[in-house]
Amino acid sequence: MGKTIIEKILNHAGGGNASAGDIVTVGLSYLMTNDAVAELTIQAFEKLGKPPWRKDRIVFILDHYIPATTENAARTHKLMRDFAGKHGLPIFDQQGVCHQLMLEQFVLPGDVVIGTDSHTCTYGGIGAFSTGVGSTDGAVAMATGNIWLKIPETIRIELTGALPDHVHPKDVILKIISDLGADGATYKVLQFTGSGAAGIGNAGRFTMCNMAVEAGAKAGIFEPDKVTEDFVRDRKRKGIFFQSDPDAEYCMNMTVDLDRLSPQISCPWSVDQVVPVDEAAGIRIDQAFIGSCTNGRIEDLRVAAHTLKGKKVHPQVRLLVAPASQSIYRQAAAEGLIEILIDAGAVICNPGCSACFGGQGMLWDGEVCIGTHNRNFRGRMGHKDARVYLASPETVAVSAVAGYIKNPGQ
Amino acid sequence: MLTIKGSVWKFGDGIDTDIIIPARYLIQPMEDMKWKAMEPIRPEFASLVKEGDVIVGGLNFGCGSSREQAPAVLAALGIRAIVAVSFARIFFRNAVNLGIPVIECRDVYEQANEGDTVEMHPSSGKIRLEEKGMEFTGSRLPDFLLAIIERGGLIPRVAKDGGK
Ligand code: SF4
Repeated sequence: MGKTIIEKILNHAGGGNASAGDIVTVGLSYLMTNDAVAELTIQAFEKLGKPPWRKDRIVFILDHYIPATTENAARTHKLMRDFAGKHGLPIFDQQGVCHQLMLEQFVLPGDVVIGTDSHTCTYGGIGAFSTGVGSTDGAVAMATGNIWLKIPETIRIELTGALPDHVHPKDVILKIISDLGADGATYKVLQFTGSGAAGIGNAGRFTMCNMAVEAGAKAGIFEPDKVTEDFVRDRKRKGIFFQSDPDAEYCMNMTVDLDRLSPQISCPWSVDQVVPVDEAAGIRIDQAFIGSCTNGRIEDLRVAAHTLKGKKVHPQVRLLVAPASQSIYRQAAAEGLIEILIDAGAVICNPGCSACFGGQGMLWDGEVCIGTHNRNFRGRMGHKDARVYLASPETVAVSAVAGYIKNPGQ
Repeated sequence: MLTIKGSVWKFGDGIDTDIIIPARYLIQPMEDMKWKAMEPIRPEFASLVKEGDVIVGGLNFGCGSSREQAPAVLAALGIRAIVAVSFARIFFRNAVNLGIPVIECRDVYEQANEGDTVEMHPSSGKIRLEEKGMEFTGSRLPDFLLAIIERGGLIPRVAKDGGK
């Protein structure tokens, strides 16, 4: 019986000849933690009374509450700086969203990475196994360099055809989450494959793997290919390009025909409440947000700028744009995108998580936000009765101009 | 053998981590943060929970973020076990790592009312609803997870036993 890419990566990292369902202990390529959970992680780590397993493989990132939004944030940040300084760990202090920085600086195909953040699954976009854990698992991994896990079963999602105009990878993953449900892939991996997958660029792959966890999945993954080669072109090491065997075993098979997909939108208060944008069209909005580890990349900013060029954001709407990292910010400025966005009336926020979880741009009772991020849970962006819709950067940009939710294809 | 006995706090399906503890409170000290548990849907919960109480929830309990603050605030308020129809993956692992038994049992979700007295034995998965005189068997945790719970969590287990 052949192996899936996930089985191969985990076996290579110490699993031996294990298969889905087996519990294995694997060695880590990296451990990442961020300021939302670092305090608990550090406290747990210090109780262990051990040194960090490797200084160059534990990454601290300040991205959620930056620049420090409250005294508590300042306290957490100081704690992280002091801890990283004492142990000589790499620390990224207000340089962008953790997952984007991990991809820009560290993670390679075939790596095994855990992060104390549920969207750590983003790195599957280049064929790494990555998943989110809590602070205690993070602390133990920090001391030991390994983690036990059950090798997950894989749902194979074959993508056929190509994305029509105005339809983006975000729409594809929203449709898949809607079909699977918020717990439809619990403990499993989503493997995106087929000719349609080959046509999706790296940024789109990150968007899709990022949201695998919204169907409950442990990870999302694309098999590395020519598109991935492009991503690692300037890196010294290229990683290992594992592929699923043709006779690998899957727990479920799905097909998504990209040609027939229309723009999708997730409605409050659960990510799997997805409908075609047309069914939510006309809903008045107060705020629009373009950014996050889901859709804050240069490709997303290009789509937004292209849509907003020469237009003005609706006077009753505030548009917030947060590039996912400093290097994306710089590139967007160099391409003239930032100027277009400012001319349209957008507020450019500092790279980081920003409004995604209410670190900035909080909402009041009854307010409505449309954003490119990944979660619309009650209370996440402020008041419990604020409503958040999730869509592609193009849908968010056209809606910001219209003042209400609008299908970009119209 | 660990036995837990307390009153039931009942919640529905899809209780996500932003309900259990909203993102904006995550960086507060635990002593302050715990009072915000379940704030978006039941702001009175934190002040009424008693030591030893048990949460009963529906499908996909704890879905969303990896924040360990979610099971941690519940534990800090005195919650000693959670029974749900099903759990989200990271929450389940975090709860075990903090020494909180998590048991899957649909019958308990269907039969238990808020305030019922429940007695449970994580090592066997047996759960009794006292007033109703009903007994159910929920999922039983694998031995190595039970060992973590009996130790009081993963940190004491690794620190004292050196195990993985
Ligand atoms: S951008 Fe949003 S989802 Fe991503 S790491 Fe930050 S808070 Fe989490």
